[in-house]
Amino acid sequence: MSDNAVVVEMRSISIEFPGVKALDDVDFTLRSGEIHSLLGENGAGKSTLIKALTGVYSIDSGTIQVSGKERTFAGTADAQSAGIATVYQEINLCTNLTVGENVMLGHEVRGRFGINWRATHAKATTYLRQLGVDVDPRSQLSGHSLAIQQLIAISRAMVVDCRVLVLDEPTSSLDRSEVEQLFAVMRRLRSRDVAILFVSHFLDQVYEISDQMTVLRNGKLVGEYHVGELSRSELISKMLGHELDELESIARTASRTIDRTGNPILKITALGRKGSIEPTDLDIYDGEIVGFAGLLGSGRTELVRIIYGADRSDHGAVEVRGKSVRLSSPRHSSNHRIAFSSEDRRAEGIIGDLTVAENIVLGIQAKRGWLRRVNKAQSDEVVAQYIESLDIRPVSPHILMSNLSGGNQQKVLLARWLATAPQLLILDEPTRGIDVGAKAEIQREIAKLATAGLGVIFISSELDEVLRLSQRVVVLRDRRKIAEFDNHESFDIGDIVALIAKEGAA
Amino acid sequence: MTRFFRSRLIWPMGALFALVLLNTISRPSFLSITVKNGQLYGSIIDILRDSAPLMLVALGMTLVIATRGIDLSVGAVMAISGAVALQIISKSTSPNRIGTVLIAIGIGVFITLLFGLWNGFLVAVVGIQPIIATLVLMLGGRGIALLITGGFITTITSSPYAQMAQGHLLGLPLAFFFSVGAIAIIGLLVRRTALGVLTESVGINPSASRLAGVRSRGIIWSIYGISGLLAGLAGILYSSNIMAADSNNAGFLIELDAILAVVLGGTSLRGGKFTLSGTVIGVFIIQTLTSTITFLGVPPAVTPVFKAIVVILVCLSQSSRVRQWLGRIRHLRGAKPPIRLSGLETEVLAERKSV
Repeated sequence: MSDNAVVVEMRSISIEFPGVKALDDVDFTLRSGEIHSLLGENGAGKSTLIKALTGVYSIDSGTIQVSGKERTFAGTADAQSAGIATVYQEINLCTNLTVGENVMLGHEVRGRFGINWRATHAKATTYLRQLGVDVDPRSQLSGHSLAIQQLIAISRAMVVDCRVLVLDEPTSSLDRSEVEQLFAVMRRLRSRDVAILFVSHFLDQVYEISDQMTVLRNGKLVGEYHVGELSRSELISKMLGHELDELESIARTASRTIDRTGNPILKITALGRKGSIEPTDLDIYDGEIVGFAGLLGSGRTELVRIIYGADRSDHGAVEVRGKSVRLSSPRHSSNHRIAFSSEDRRAEGIIGDLTVAENIVLGIQAKRGWLRRVNKAQSDEVVAQYIESLDIRPVSPHILMSNLSGGNQQKVLLARWLATAPQLLILDEPTRGIDVGAKAEIQREIAKLATAGLGVIFISSELDEVLRLSQRVVVLRDRRKIAEFDNHESFDIGDIVALIAKEGAA
Repeated sequence: MTRFFRSRLIWPMGALFALVLLNTISRPSFLSITVKNGQLYGSIIDILRDSAPLMLVALGMTLVIATRGIDLSVGAVMAISGAVALQIISKSTSPNRIGTVLIAIGIGVFITLLFGLWNGFLVAVVGIQPIIATLVLMLGGRGIALLITGGFITTITSSPYAQMAQGHLLGLPLAFFFSVGAIAIIGLLVRRTALGVLTESVGINPSASRLAGVRSRGIIWSIYGISGLLAGLAGILYSSNIMAADSNNAGFLIELDAILAVVLGGTSLRGGKFTLSGTVIGVFIIQTLTSTITFLGVPPAVTPVFKAIVVILVCLSQSSRVRQWLGRIRHLRGAKPPIRLSGLETEVLAERKSV
């Protein structure tokens, strides 16, 4: 396959956001007539790379060549004129227009008296037929299923004669037979020498449809592989990976023994929510770190969100220290001294336009309500204490949160929760997208707090982090807890990968 | 603090100063204040007095906008409080007793507080978009006011009631003290309690605030209540000025002036950070403008055009993009390049790359 003509060649691409290198010196090659999967966990840089290719982001350094010519994309229109078309997860078509109008939008057949609708619809039909889609071009788009709409979006890409088709998570909301239909279309396009870039977090589908795979991790290229040369477990360990160097300095704290005789801090029984996480049992004791391992979409985030009350559960029971409670909103949970730090730092963590000090105090203030303001002296004391103990930089408490680097923002969020003196701290990917130094510091802090008696649920895509910190590991797959074991020196990443990769679906 | 003052308030302050200067040049008497019977008179004093209803409404509007909302119903709410208060006084046997007047005002304002809470209920609990939720009362409120007055313009004679808009205290108009009082109380309320910072937090990032355990529903709800209450007080002042409950004209289009005052003052319509002092300046800009228009003898029919021009100028002066252009022009001439970005610009940049 790799002897086909190269259509897109991206060399040493780097893109930087405030505090994060989203892409660091990444190469990517796409050849005509191949289906190329882009793989990596959240924050690995997949979508940034796609946005660089489709002209949404401009690159800070590196080169993009399309069909041998070097290109700079100032916007999506530039990328489209270079023959690169994109179909996103959320379909961007006009639902209130007809199918034919959508397919031909901007390319209507014009006659002497304006648009010739009959010819336009006829032409739309030919494009749709080419993909094996048999729908009436005069029907409303909104009347069709999501899968058909996706195929219509692809037909639309064909109208502009694209040579590169980018499919970003096209299968996430399709059922099995719809996926088959989409794959049939993809194969048909491949035989017509279109280069297809495919993103999906369903590994089965990746193995079924793709020829080549490129794996990213933490904004860096891990490698490009032919689909036959990498087994499923090899792929998973490349995606999840592990960083050695500095992090090795943190000793495995796993070997602490936890006293599990008394009441657990939290005990959930058959807690679940239809369509996001199957009923699950779990308990957490004082001083214990429970690590969640699993891929994106395995249910790890969904589970902690319903525990915290960020999403409602529709099933099951919760006990805090032996007493039955209902945690139906973040407020209830925080009243029971449970704290939760979301994986989406920017959208669900930081308050960008407030200062570092205000962000730290927010947790305490929210607990107290608006009437009892945390006064300046109290606030200064708390803020100074955490800036020092977590080594937050810059040390000034009065700069805006949005000006901090990712790692420091994460530390501020940690400070916000710790200041509320929780008994259970839920951390969803606290180390994602931050530099190695900050990662090590945050892990050390978590280990220290747990030794002092705090209960922690720790989620990370990096399995060695989970193994290093947790006394107990919970493995999730397909929205289910599939294994739970006490951590022991003898376990290594391979054991977990084997569990996740077990045939079925991953 | 100086830098904060410079960056955010300097432009509205400059606009206000320019307006005052323009007035003083075209009529030197603008700044002069005369004393008659121990009371002060003059154009400036008129502006302080006449701006009171708008001031009350705009303060409430500032808080509502900070939550990412908008309150279109304030004008209609003004009509309701006036109608209630005047109806009570006109039915009373002793309209000149202070007690009667206080009860009338109390009931009028209490009812508008309930209407404000109704708006808050629709927005915070039911989850209707603020612009639609408050549009309901904007359209219905004047009808309610007309129902209260039985379809007539209720007029009264009650000297204590008239005092509120027309009376004086320490030589200054009593209405001005309502403004000052409201500014002080709201200022203390938002900055001495945590209401201000929690409101900003909800306005900047609602989902992060929710996960942090902020009771955003309660906060948004009470903010709309405050807005209703302030609009109610404004309605009392308005009706006291004309001693009539004119349900069709009380506070007519004041919501737009209030929104304008908030924006002129530098609070973004996208919510989040707000500045009460900016709003105060914004109100004075609008009131000075109204007085200027009257004085210049601009025919009433073209008044809106005149207002629009000034508003565009002030908004342009605040737009960071325009300031950047101006800065670039200055830069070309060899002066210092622009150092600050704000608002939209920063956001776009933050999306893209490091600032």
